[in-house]
Amino acid sequence: MLVLSRKVQEKLIIGDGIEVSILEIKGDSVKLGINAPATIKVFRFEIFQAIQEENRLAAASTTILPKLNLKAKQAD
Amino acid sequence: MLIQGRSCGQVEIDERQVITLPKGLLGFESFSSWALLDSSQAPFYWLQSLDDSDLAFVILDPTLFRPDYKPDLSPADIDLIGSPKDEELLVFAIVTIPEDANLMTANLQGPLVINRNTRRGLQSIQTDTVFKTRHYVYQELAALGNNQEAK
Repeated sequence: MLVLSRKVQEKLIIGDGIEVSILEIKGDSVKLGINAPATIKVFRFEIFQAIQEENRLAAASTTILPKLNLKAKQAD
Repeated sequence: MLIQGRSCGQVEIDERQVITLPKGLLGFESFSSWALLDSSQAPFYWLQSLDDSDLAFVILDPTLFRPDYKPDLSPADIDLIGSPKDEELLVFAIVTIPEDANLMTANLQGPLVINRNTRRGLQSIQTDTVFKTRHYVYQELAALGNNQEAK
């Protein structure tokens, strides 16, 4: 893993056109600003992890499907 | 074509049921070839891997319990599945069914979106924090006025 030290207001460039700025450091929290092309997706890692974990649970679901009673929907 | 499914055994499918997920699903990135199958229990469907017959997901139309649910697709998402028109876009929530089916949940944070025209799809990550990985389907249906429990 590449490890770099940066100060507040300093930046990083990643690849073509991804710019990461250190905006603020407060206690153990760092505020980052990210400029990236619209085609690059940026997410908090936890969201990624949560969906991965849920997919694993979903893949282990029972194959016996429950009944869903959708009366209200059908009455629409 | 004849395929092997996790819940249905061998079954004949039409090539129009074959879906490509170029990026797989999160945690299952290397599985790109899938089929959409009817289940024995509407309104559920199966998303069956064609690479691994033991890998399959139960999926559901999320608007059944969230009538206004519409995932936000990024330009990269749209690019990947080939610019679907509104009526070409299929949206499914992946369902987790625990032993007690009353606690069944649906994932609205990572919906499966498919362009029915190109038959390409992806799991689109939603950044709106209203959407979680675990929405209790029976609870949300009850809130909509569907009084019920799993049978």
